[in-house]
Amino acid sequence: MLELRNINVAYGNIQVLHGLNIEIKSGEIITLIGANGAGKSTTLMAISGVVPVRSGKIVFEGEPVHKLSPEKLVAMGICQVPEGRHIFPSLTVQENLDMGAFLRNDSDGIKDDLDYVFSLFPILAERRSQDGGTLSGGEQQMLAMSRALMARPKLLLLDEPSMGLAPLVIKRIFEIIQKINKEQNTTIFLVEQNANQALHIADRGYVIENGVITISDSAKSLLQNQDVQKAYLGI
Amino acid sequence: MDYFIELFFVGLTRGSIYALIALGYTMVYGIIGLINFAHGEIYMIGAFTSFIVATVLSIYGFPLLAIVIVAGLAAAVWSSAYGYTIEKLAYRPLRKAPRLAPLISAIGMSIFLQNYVLLAQTSDFLPFPELIPEFDFMEPVAHIVGSSDLVILIVTTLVMLGLTFLIKFTKIGKAMRATAQDKTMAVLVGINVDRVISATFVIGSALAAIGGLLIASHVGQINFYIGFIAGIKAFTAAVLGGIGSIPGAVLGSLVLGLTESFATGYISSDYEDVFAFSLLVLILIFKPSGLLGKAETQKV
Repeated sequence: MLELRNINVAYGNIQVLHGLNIEIKSGEIITLIGANGAGKSTTLMAISGVVPVRSGKIVFEGEPVHKLSPEKLVAMGICQVPEGRHIFPSLTVQENLDMGAFLRNDSDGIKDDLDYVFSLFPILAERRSQDGGTLSGGEQQMLAMSRALMARPKLLLLDEPSMGLAPLVIKRIFEIIQKINKEQNTTIFLVEQNANQALHIADRGYVIENGVITISDSAKSLLQNQDVQKAYLGI
Repeated sequence: MDYFIELFFVGLTRGSIYALIALGYTMVYGIIGLINFAHGEIYMIGAFTSFIVATVLSIYGFPLLAIVIVAGLAAAVWSSAYGYTIEKLAYRPLRKAPRLAPLISAIGMSIFLQNYVLLAQTSDFLPFPELIPEFDFMEPVAHIVGSSDLVILIVTTLVMLGLTFLIKFTKIGKAMRATAQDKTMAVLVGINVDRVISATFVIGSALAAIGGLLIASHVGQINFYIGFIAGIKAFTAAVLGGIGSIPGAVLGSLVLGLTESFATGYISSDYEDVFAFSLLVLILIFKPSGLLGKAETQKV
């Protein structure tokens, strides 16, 4: 579905990603794990078209997409929930969700998807006329994911959905990620520092270090891999 | 008491005109963090456009109401075209430059437009046709308030209600608020930020143009320089209310208009500007973020 071929990204003179190769197949949950500053978020921003790719190719459903605008990519079905959630603070919960469906005009479909996200996160239905900025961290993460779902994505990019949340909330968020993957058949690319949680729900995983993919394997074998255990799982 | 009411209404009228211009400053600031110093010139161009259209139409003997509507629309469209073009030529190429660069560019645009109108027209004051008619139904209050003051109040109230509706309930309005609050996320949900910024300039310019028509008709004369002082006053009003805040711009404008009116009426018209700008200084000392503005927090 999505393929990154030999991607190089640099901010000015500082190169961040060095020849990245990642492949995501339709229906999979793929995770990218790595330490702070390894280039995880940059990878997602490059896929979303926000950060320009210096060289290499990104192919989505057979088409090269690395030169398209973020707007076009959203319209094609690539949606991102960025790190830190980025809720519009003075827009209500409902308006935040409306913004997720910004490029859509099928009001019936939008209504169905609204019902669907409210069934996933009933708390959002209760809070729909409240300002987004007044929600708790967990609720904001739910809202951010729901907003992305309102675009009816084919590929959902999640950047550290567990950041700063209580363990119980994290558990709930990861359950929902699996649910979205199964029920909506949404392909998921999950970037995480919480490697343990991420590998438990993922099909395959990539490890990134200083902008280079060092290991790529099935999630099961990564959990057993001694280097990964030592560096990312704290075992 | 009649005198007080008169001053009050004069102040409200003044304030509502300031508000039409201040809204353009505050909306642009809210979205791209730029003080658009050329905005006063947009207002001046609106006044000139309505002047030209109204003069031509009255030569052909059109009824007054038709003249007002056509002149207003022409001014709004023409000023919007200017606003759109200025943003595209002078600010968009500097979107990623340090904040000072577009600011200087804005001042340059302002000077350019003033001199361009000076050359194209004349430096003399031109008599502006009286476009706002005296309505019979205003007779009971008109002797204290003045018919054109009332018309200005009614028109600006309607325009502001329209703007509130646009910003609160339409798709482009929500996109404008979203872009102002979080540009990165606006891009990620598929909003074309450049288009939203253009729309902001177009709306702000149209409001200023309507203000230009109203006040030119009220005062009765225009020249190429009227945009400068009106722009400074409206900018003051926007800062007073808290720049970036739309209700703040309206409130700040009304406060400024009333202050000027009372200072003129009870003390002396010589001190009108002294009071206006002293108010600004006081607000900046005691509440730098303005009456309704939020203090900007900068992450380090």
